[in-house]
Amino acid sequence: MSLVFAALFYLASAVLVIGVARKIVDYWRTPAPLLIPTTPAPTTQGGVVLRMFRELAFFESLFKANLWIWALGWLFHVSLALVVLRHLRYFTEPVWDWVAFIQPFGMYAGFAMAAGLAGLWARRFLVERIRYISTFSDHLMLALLLGIAASGLMMKFVAHTDIVAVKTFFLGLMLFDIQPLPGDGPLYAHLSLVALLMLAFPFSKLLHAPGVFFSPSRNQADNPRERRHLSAWAAKLEAK
Amino acid sequence: MAGPDPKAPALREYFPAIPALQPGAMAGAKSYVANDKIQESLGFPGQLAESWQDTHDAVIAKMGDLLGKQRAFKVYMDACVHCGACTDKCHYFIGTNDPKNMPVARQDLMRSVYRRYFTLPGKLFPKLVGARDLTSEVLDEWYTYYNQCSECRRCSVFCPYGIDTAEITMAGREMLDSVGYGQKYSNEIIAKVHKIGNNLGLPGPALTNTLEGLEEDVKEDTGIDVRYPLDVQGAEVLFVTPSADFFAEPHIESLIGYGKVFHAAGISWTLSTKASEAGNFGMFIGNYDQLRKIALRVREAALELGVKRIVVGECGHAWRVAYSFWNTLTGIGAGADDPFAIQLQSQLDHRYKQPMHICELTWDLIGQGAISFDKEANDHRIITFHDSCNVARGSRMGDSPGGQFEIPRNIIRAVANHYVEMAPGTTHEQTFCCGGGGGLLTDDLLDLRIKGALPRMETLQQVVDSHGVNFMATICAICKAQFTKVVPYYGFKMSMIGGVHQLVSTAIRLGDK
Repeated sequence: MSLVFAALFYLASAVLVIGVARKIVDYWRTPAPLLIPTTPAPTTQGGVVLRMFRELAFFESLFKANLWIWALGWLFHVSLALVVLRHLRYFTEPVWDWVAFIQPFGMYAGFAMAAGLAGLWARRFLVERIRYISTFSDHLMLALLLGIAASGLMMKFVAHTDIVAVKTFFLGLMLFDIQPLPGDGPLYAHLSLVALLMLAFPFSKLLHAPGVFFSPSRNQADNPRERRHLSAWAAKLEAK
Repeated sequence: MAGPDPKAPALREYFPAIPALQPGAMAGAKSYVANDKIQESLGFPGQLAESWQDTHDAVIAKMGDLLGKQRAFKVYMDACVHCGACTDKCHYFIGTNDPKNMPVARQDLMRSVYRRYFTLPGKLFPKLVGARDLTSEVLDEWYTYYNQCSECRRCSVFCPYGIDTAEITMAGREMLDSVGYGQKYSNEIIAKVHKIGNNLGLPGPALTNTLEGLEEDVKEDTGIDVRYPLDVQGAEVLFVTPSADFFAEPHIESLIGYGKVFHAAGISWTLSTKASEAGNFGMFIGNYDQLRKIALRVREAALELGVKRIVVGECGHAWRVAYSFWNTLTGIGAGADDPFAIQLQSQLDHRYKQPMHICELTWDLIGQGAISFDKEANDHRIITFHDSCNVARGSRMGDSPGGQFEIPRNIIRAVANHYVEMAPGTTHEQTFCCGGGGGLLTDDLLDLRIKGALPRMETLQQVVDSHGVNFMATICAICKAQFTKVVPYYGFKMSMIGGVHQLVSTAIRLGDK
């Protein structure tokens, strides 16, 4: 079983890294022929960085749109970030100080994450408009994330797994030295679901994460009168 | 449209209430399709191919082409998570209750096909991810619902990834045009602009007549010789305005106002026969070539007339094109280092913004004390201001972000004593579209236009009730035309609608300067 999971994680990591990198390169290379920032927009690059930061850290636009979605979505994402950072302790030896520091917050963030996900999922059933736009994969994605949260919390708070052995496994994995993985139901479930999420990432709506950086309505400065913006394919039209 | 006369929906008692869905409510509101003559004059196929397979392949090829050329389209196809933030933001959804008029659902009409042909899960498990084959029914659905979007960008304000449905609508219309399935209204207008020089098809002699008549009217009215010059070589300012300003009511009142501002400030200016249209429907149909070709007329006119400045009249999408796109398309602007753009930019006077909005010009003159007003002349009016969508969310005025909101309001306050804001959340960048923008200002979509105006009519009703507002000023030719047409359905008078420079015109002091 250790070998199966080792293989699974090598595959999932490769798909995640290569898949997302390819998408990013693709977004990067695709020209944006016209300046289309949603105005009012910052007039400088520094301003754009600030706008993007507010968007990423506080979900500024979503806040303007709908407080329920904002609260649930923000709760989920911030909790997820804490949980992911907390998990760095299983990949580092010795554990970095700041990772050790966030450990207690990260543990309870697991519950907040699950609560956020549950709320977001409830909306897909309860709100008619959102029910209308939800696809089967929207539900599956929530199920997957909730499954990850639930199996993780299970190991932490219900049936402890041999976490030291798990850490040995992952430290070994990073050095291509396969160590035994504890034979443990919740652990198998947790790891399988995480691998599935990594595999799905480059092919799914999870691309909103890299996508937001490339959104012209958000990442362009509002300076069209001061500077001439011309894409390569549009410039060719002038040569004709 | 055959059938009963369209009626306005009832104003909602507690808005913003979210309407219950009525699937298919607007499935029948289909704008007229362009005939082969119109299509071919723009270089598009005259009609759909005989075999569906050919059309199918051409659409998918075009989609691939756009995905490679337009970053916005590509990113927006991938990034949506169906969070629902946009679902209640579109005025057409609010007015029609048709779920396919929710921005995300409108995008999904396209996204479902994108996923089927361009993503792995869509190829392998279409049902799972909501992917579907492109069929002729899907193409009809695109035609129907991409011609029920006014490209106003309100949804893009609220999307956490900034997904702009307008970009997807434009891509959709571009794909439809490319296979011979264009919309009559927009494409007919583009054909006219190429053939005659403006959207309304006013030939040069008619334009001359109109402007001479205008000079006589103003003389009669004020006793002053205000000029409305055409094709004057060596004028300082080339003034480009929507052609509706030349004869439509209330548009012409603003044209009179522009002339008075130039007169009072002593600025030499000219209109141009060649560029007798600021509007650019190339943007509406998402076609870069048309967008560029139409914009190039202004460049040519500027070079021919040798002007130092280019100023744009009251028109929403035209100002977006001028402000955001002209430098890219034609070199009208500053900061270029390529020969094409330098040819024009070295001619322009860069002490002034290029291009400049008429409101920027008027406000600058007010700031300098170069023009003055009898504000009492507007005392019979209690005024509110409708932010036009393309100005609000696709452009700017002045030096800092948000100038497009402040400057027109500042002008109104400088020329009139009674000004009232409409409800927050429905003005500034969150303004509602008038319901007729983006190539939908056609009688075959009248029902949609009336319903799409609902949210604006509700907020207008509020200030009418609370403050006795009797004038809604706006700086867009389409807003003016749309509102004068639809406000009677809501029980308002057409004469309530007018331009900011109509108010300027009423109050400006002439002659003694």
